[in-house]
Amino acid sequence: MPSPRYHREIPQRYRLEAEKCKKCGKILFPPRLICPECGSKNFEKVILPENGKIITFTIIRVAPQQFEAEVPYAIAIVELENGVKITTQVVDCKPEDLEIGNSVKLVFRKIQEEGKTGIICYGYKAVLV
Amino acid sequence: MVGIIGYGSYVPRYRIKAEEIAHQWGKNAETIKRGLLLQQKTVPGLDEDTITISVAAAKNALKRAGINPKEIGALYIGSESHPYAVKPSGTVVGEALGIVPDFHTSDFEFACKAGTEAMFVSYSLVKAGVVKYAMGIGADTSQGAPNDALEFSASAGGSAFIFGKENILAELLFTHSFTTDTPDFWRREGAFYPHHGGRFTGDPAYFKHVQSAAKAILKKSGYLPSDFTYAVFHMPNGKFPLRVGKKLGFTNEQMKPGWVVNLMGNTYSGSSPTGFSATLDIAKPGDLILLVSFGSGAGSDAFVFKVTEKINEVRDKAEKVREMLADNPIYLDYGQYAKFREKIIMNE
Ligand SMILES: [Zn+2]
Repeated sequence: MPSPRYHREIPQRYRLEAEKCKKCGKILFPPRLICPECGSKNFEKVILPENGKIITFTIIRVAPQQFEAEVPYAIAIVELENGVKITTQVVDCKPEDLEIGNSVKLVFRKIQEEGKTGIICYGYKAVLV
Repeated sequence: MVGIIGYGSYVPRYRIKAEEIAHQWGKNAETIKRGLLLQQKTVPGLDEDTITISVAAAKNALKRAGINPKEIGALYIGSESHPYAVKPSGTVVGEALGIVPDFHTSDFEFACKAGTEAMFVSYSLVKAGVVKYAMGIGADTSQGAPNDALEFSASAGGSAFIFGKENILAELLFTHSFTTDTPDFWRREGAFYPHHGGRFTGDPAYFKHVQSAAKAILKKSGYLPSDFTYAVFHMPNGKFPLRVGKKLGFTNEQMKPGWVVNLMGNTYSGSSPTGFSATLDIAKPGDLILLVSFGSGAGSDAFVFKVTEKINEVRDKAEKVREMLADNPIYLDYGQYAKFREKIIMNE
């Protein structure tokens, strides 16, 4: 994750800031320049709800190098209360205990470090509620 | 009137039992449990640090305060485990909470009392009228060296307090700070684990500073120990706070609600603030609460709070400390704990 992109994405990663199309009402997360539904470029900022449900998930047992210490870990598609679907890690649980339909809450966690001397990247993850 | 308008805590899900640490080093668990009155401690997840703990505690404080984060004019985070040596934790926490960009922030460090320093400065800025609201946080993910007595206590967690002049749930009536140069515990820049000065850690450090700060604030306020419903003292282990409280004339009943150390360990900058948070969780309007922190080096901050009617309205708006302590903990063995705390040397 290059530092400039991480910095640009802080509002969505830290505060779950999404865009709502002023023309058709579609909520875009991550935000985009043009609405894929109606082509409009007019948006208003909305904050996504923190609560949702697991739609599906997979357990990662062979991870990229920077996530090796965390295996096995779960990556899930979570449908938030307003219908927006996001892909996120599910933490603070044994992956074998997870089930489709579990209620989750998004929390603020460390995502990765750019080595021992680089910046620390933060963002959202899900925990069971 | 100035006081707390919102408070909140965060307790990580992971725990390690005293037995597990004692077994690793061939020590007798019963001796530790009887001597230090510690059963277990919290352990931060691999993706948790002082910044994430601060954000979680602050979100609970915001739920109880019910204010727009943009109205917070100052944010201070006290910790001895800030993730960056240079780059304030407050910049990330302020961004995550949506306080940015019109606010003042700084990181505080004073061993275990950095959290109450953040509270003291937040209170003072609101009282002076410089900002409308200010938030003070104490949070830590502290490390004890392997096979050191501190390994049984050094834990993770934190609490956040928002100060304001309206809708106060606990009025801050008096403060007093007592500070000297005492070399009881320190960590030099770049050193991974702290050192402690053996015999310096008891009487000349903890007991002297906590007692002096407590006696001074009792004199200043005119209150007697018996006037207080509750008292919270810094909890480096289970025994010290109960002993210092007794010396000062407080009973175990007054200290019990805030005495979370047996289940949580010493959360350093988050220790006495989290004991205070657990006390607010059960306090009633009119209750007087004494809070005295201690930070090695050494100093103590003392506060006298009076709980208002507002507490009944906001208490249930966020999770309480004892609920988080009881809520489905995940117990680690020593090997998992060593990995979580990055005590294992890996090949780069
Ligand atoms: Zn549209």
